[in-house]
Amino acid sequence: MAYLQLQGIEKEFGNVRVIRGIDLEIKQGEFIVFVGPSGCGKSTLLRLIAGLEETDGGKLMLDGRDITDQPSSKRDLAMVFQSYALYPHMSVFENMSFALKLAKVDEAVIEEKVGRAAKILNLTDYLQRTPKELSGGQRQRVAIGRAIVRAPKVFLFDEPLSNLDAALRGQTRIEIAKLHRDLGATTIYVTHDQVEAMTLADRVVVLRDGRIEQVGTPLELYDRPANQFVAQFIGTPQMNIVPAKDLQALVNSTALPVQPDGFIGMRPENISLCAPGKGMLNGKVELVEALGAETLIYVSTDSAVQLVARQIERTELVVGSAIGLHIDVDAAHLFDAAGHITRTGAARETLVH
Amino acid sequence: MANLRSERSKRSKYSPALMARTVAAWAVTLLLFFPLGWLMLTAFKTELQAIAVPPLLLFTPTLENFTIVQERSDYMLYAQNSFITSVASTLLGLMLAYPAAYAMAFFKGKHTKNILMWMLSTKMMPAVGALVPVYVMAQSTGLLDSRTALIVVFTLSNLPIMVWMLYSYLKEVPHEILEASRMDGATLWQEFRLVLLPLTLGGLASTGLLCLVLSWNEAFWSLNLSAAKAGTLATLIASYSSPEGLFWSKLSAASLMAIAPIVVFGWFSQKQLVQGLTFGAVK
Repeated sequence: MAYLQLQGIEKEFGNVRVIRGIDLEIKQGEFIVFVGPSGCGKSTLLRLIAGLEETDGGKLMLDGRDITDQPSSKRDLAMVFQSYALYPHMSVFENMSFALKLAKVDEAVIEEKVGRAAKILNLTDYLQRTPKELSGGQRQRVAIGRAIVRAPKVFLFDEPLSNLDAALRGQTRIEIAKLHRDLGATTIYVTHDQVEAMTLADRVVVLRDGRIEQVGTPLELYDRPANQFVAQFIGTPQMNIVPAKDLQALVNSTALPVQPDGFIGMRPENISLCAPGKGMLNGKVELVEALGAETLIYVSTDSAVQLVARQIERTELVVGSAIGLHIDVDAAHLFDAAGHITRTGAARETLVH
Repeated sequence: MANLRSERSKRSKYSPALMARTVAAWAVTLLLFFPLGWLMLTAFKTELQAIAVPPLLLFTPTLENFTIVQERSDYMLYAQNSFITSVASTLLGLMLAYPAAYAMAFFKGKHTKNILMWMLSTKMMPAVGALVPVYVMAQSTGLLDSRTALIVVFTLSNLPIMVWMLYSYLKEVPHEILEASRMDGATLWQEFRLVLLPLTLGGLASTGLLCLVLSWNEAFWSLNLSAAKAGTLATLIASYSSPEGLFWSKLSAASLMAIAPIVVFGWFSQKQLVQGLTFGAVK
C-alpha cells in the first residue's frame, strides 16, 4: 500500500505544460530523491505535493486520504526550503515551535519536543538567537529542526544544500542521512546534484521536461539506465555515448549487437589505456585530470571521437601523447536511435569479504 | 613644496569646495525655512507691526493674537475635526491598502503592474477636476459639511500612495517565509498577524504617518466640502483672509496653531517618515 501516491499529476504555467502526467508510488519510510536538470519540474512537483501550488489535473493520496484539494496547512507535511525561510523576527526556539503553537500544543510538550530536536541538531546553545545571528549551516539546521519538531507524515526538502559551501554540504549531507536512519521518516528530497541523489536515496526519480524518465535505486540507475538521458545524467564524468557509425571498426571486430543508427555507451571506468597499437582503438591524449584518488584522461581517437577514460593509478601521460584504448565491450550499454536501451552492459563486481 | 601644500589643502577638512557646498546648503535651508520662520515671528506681532515697512525683525512679542483667534473662532472644534478626519482616514486607508498591496506583492498577475500605474496616475489629475462631481455627490447624500465626507475623500485621495508604499514594503518580504508559515499550519489571518505584520510594522508606521500628515494638511477638499460644523484647521486659517482685508498677525497666529500639532508630531516621528519616503531608493 503506497503511503504517498501521485496519479496523473498535471501542472501548467500559462500555456506551458510543466508537469506532464506524473505517476509515482512512495512507500512509508522511503527516502525518495527527485533529480534532473534545471527546468525539469522537480521543484514544481515538490511544491505541488506540498500544496504551495494547485494541480491542474491528477490526484494526490497520502496515507489513504485524498489531499489533492487540501491547503498546505492541512496536509501534515513539513518543508525545508532552499533559502531556509526562517522567520527573521523570531528566535530559534520560536521558529521551531511556531507550528506547535499554532496547533495549540501544551507549553511543556513544546519545550520537550523542541529541546529534543535541538539536541539532535546541536542547536541547544542557539535557541535564543535570531536567524541573523546564525551562520548558514546553523540556519539550515534550524530549518530542518522546524520540520522535525512537527513529526509530519512526509518531509519535503527543496535543494537544502545548494546555499552551503562544499565542505559544509558534505557534512550536512551525512547528517541528513543519519537523521533519516534515526527517524525513519518518509522523505522527498529535490536536488540537481547527483552525488546527493546517489548517496541519500532509497530510490531516485529522474525527471526531464516534466516527465519521469526512470525510477530506481541509485545503483539500478547507474547499472541499468533505461535510456541515454538517464545514462548520461547519472555518473561523473558522464558516460561516453558515441554513435555506432563512428566506431564501425570496433563494432565489426567485436560483433557488438548494436543497431547501425544506434549508440554505444561506455562508462569511463570501462575504458583502459594501453600502448599505441596494442588496443582496440588508437588516439591522442587531450587532457589529464589528476584527482588524487583517480585520474581522468581525455582522449581523441584517430577517427575524432572524444572519450574519457578513468583509472585509479597515476599516469605519466601528457597532452599529445599517442595512446591505445581498450574497451570492455561486455560492460557497454547499447541504445537505439531514439535513445532507448537495447542491451544493458555488465555491472561491476561486488567484493565479498 | 607647493605641490604638497595644495595636496594638503585638498585633503584638509576645510577645503574651499566643502565650504562652498556648506554655504550653499545653509542658504537653501534658510530659503526653505524662511516662510515658516516669518510666520512664527508675525504671529507674535501686533497687526500694525505685521504690516510695517521695512519689515520688523525686533519687536516686543505679544500673545494677543492667539487669544483673539481662540475667542473669535472655536479652535478646539476645528482642531478636533482635523484630528478625527486625519486619524480616521489613515486607519481606513491602511485597512484598505494593506490587503490590496498584499495581493499585488504576493499574487502578481499579468495586469498588476498596469493597475499600480493606473492608481498612481489618478494622483496626477488636479483635485479641482473632480470638484463638481464630488460636491454634487456630497450634497445629494446630505454629507456636505460632515466629517464623513471628508474622511471618505481623504482616504480615497491618499489610497494610491498608501498602496504603492505598502506594496514596496511587502515586496521585500521573501514569499518563502509566508509559504513556510502556511506549511506550519497558519491560516491567512495567522499568517498576517504572526508573520507578515511584525515584519512590515515599520512600513505600516511610515505609511500611516505620511497619510496622517497629508490628511492634516489637506486644504482643498476641507474648504470646499466643509464649513462651520466639520471644518478642519485648514478652514480656520482660510477664514482669516476675509473681505475686510488680510489680518496678517491673526492669520499667522491661526496658521501656527493649525500646524503646531502636526509639526510636533512629525518632529518626533521624523526618522520613520524619512525611512518610509526613501525606502528602496538605495539598495
